[in-house]
Amino acid sequence: MTKANIREQEAYSAFLEDFRPKRATLRNIVVAFFVGGLICTVGQGVLTYIMTRGIPLKQAYVLTSSIMVFAGAFLTGLGVYDKIGSFAGMGAALPITGFANSVVSPAMEFKREGFVLGVGAKMFQVAGPVIVYASLSATVVSILKLYVF
Amino acid sequence: MKFHRRGKSTCVFEQMPVLVSAAAVVGPREGKGPLGAEFDMVYSTTLLGEASWEKAESKMLRQAVDLALAKANLDESDIDFLIAGDLLNQIISSAYMAREYDIPFLGIYGACATMSEGIGIGSLLVAGRFARYVIVASSSHHDAAERQFRYPTEFGHQRPPTGQWTATAAGAVVVGVKGKGPRVEAVTIGRVQDLGVSEPNDMGSAMAPGFADTVWRHLQDMARKPEDYDLVLSGDLGRIGSLIGRQLLRNKGIVIDEIHQDAGVMLYDPSPEVGAGGSGCGCVASVFSGKLWKELYNRQYRRILLVATGALHSPTACQQGESIPCVAHAVSIVSE
Amino acid sequence: MAYVKAFVVGGLLCAIAQAAMDLTKANPAIIMVSAVSAGAILSGLGLYAPLVEFAGAGATIPLPGFGHTLVTGMLEDAAQWGLFGILTGGFKAVSAGLLSAVLFGYLMAVLFNPKG
Repeated sequence: MTKANIREQEAYSAFLEDFRPKRATLRNIVVAFFVGGLICTVGQGVLTYIMTRGIPLKQAYVLTSSIMVFAGAFLTGLGVYDKIGSFAGMGAALPITGFANSVVSPAMEFKREGFVLGVGAKMFQVAGPVIVYASLSATVVSILKLYVF
Repeated sequence: MKFHRRGKSTCVFEQMPVLVSAAAVVGPREGKGPLGAEFDMVYSTTLLGEASWEKAESKMLRQAVDLALAKANLDESDIDFLIAGDLLNQIISSAYMAREYDIPFLGIYGACATMSEGIGIGSLLVAGRFARYVIVASSSHHDAAERQFRYPTEFGHQRPPTGQWTATAAGAVVVGVKGKGPRVEAVTIGRVQDLGVSEPNDMGSAMAPGFADTVWRHLQDMARKPEDYDLVLSGDLGRIGSLIGRQLLRNKGIVIDEIHQDAGVMLYDPSPEVGAGGSGCGCVASVFSGKLWKELYNRQYRRILLVATGALHSPTACQQGESIPCVAHAVSIVSE
Repeated sequence: MAYVKAFVVGGLLCAIAQAAMDLTKANPAIIMVSAVSAGAILSGLGLYAPLVEFAGAGATIPLPGFGHTLVTGMLEDAAQWGLFGILTGGFKAVSAGLLSAVLFGYLMAVLFNPKG
């Protein structure tokens, strides 16, 4: 048997510490801040513009997110968003444009497996967990809010 | 009956099989890398005019096989066995390539270690007089591997510095009973090593113990020292894995720092995208077939040790919390 | 001024997510799931609504805003229908975002091929 036992595994893991490259954490955080901030500023611009057209605030927010989803989807289609994502990490993934990227990228990727089992089945491969856990946590929070607090 | 084995795991050839020819084809990123001029063919797109990444990979592999045959002045009918492997599930690139040829086919899987596994098996077939000529090929495709092992290609995410870039490349080698060219002297078949690394974005750390074990065993079995080799070419420990592998060997009293090079490090210029270096079956296959074979043919090296290392995990196994089993096979090659 | 607030708050949320990813070495999917759940919890604690009030799109565009919108929608309907409102209100509130993702996602898949 050549699978190491726990003690050997721990020894190897400790040995690896000396070789572990430093992640460019500070650089990544700064870049995420600026790119994420920029995307939100664009969103704010869209929101402000929509409101000048006389649309009430609540609807304006909804429309803004829809427009930002389109923007993220379109940039993914053009093959640009993956580059923004590899440059900015969470700065590109956390805004709703990144959510759109996570829906469009598998949809495009698996088109070659057909429109039902490819596009249809794989579209939420990455975004699915986000929707599942958003629904679960929101339900739990709402129930607590209604009946406990 | 006489056996041609030394030690526990090394097969030594009395009549050494000849690496008659070799060919390498690569994608655009590899073509722009430091070894760009060494390859027989550089494609300008990763799709190669095909309808999918998988089809493109298969085409690349076919191209490498055709080129290796042409360089050896051999025809399909001269080849007794075709041995090939790749990274995709059920090694489809190899199977779809093999259906284009009227040659008995052996599909193999050793992840990035496929090339040395194939050259080893091919040499055994030739040395055992079961074949006059065997062709060995392996390939990988960045985008096909990405969608299978990680995320869709257009998904924007950051790669950790330990991550490696799967090469879009293919290599093929013709092994024959006779002819001009470098000769295979011995083959050491590796044992699967697993030291509990479970992070698929850190394959260098996972594979280094396999590399060190196989190199150590080879030297033991052959009763040799590192100085007996002009080059130890690993494929694809990457920058970090190379340092780990060397240190593991140093701990056993073997110093290879001066003569060690890694195909994953050689293939690309450093960049955050490429991370620790190249990987994939096609990486060491194309570096060996494109560069090293030529240099051996021109007698720039007396003797080299090709040690391809493979991480034998799958996304399913990793998601189930398994660690990554790794293997490395060593092929000792001498110039004529 | 609204733009500066949106930039700073949106940027900070992304920076926190990035820090979480780099320090825990978790994969992006886990960070996105955590972010959206964190948004729901903050919303429940009554902290997210003031943030939206303050930063506008800077708070609604990042993923935690998605969790907040869900909770807000659920509570809005629940005020009228009780427990049943939780079932109807959530997806009503995020319908635009989700349906846009499906529609535009499908459209882009029809129009474009991945470039690798």
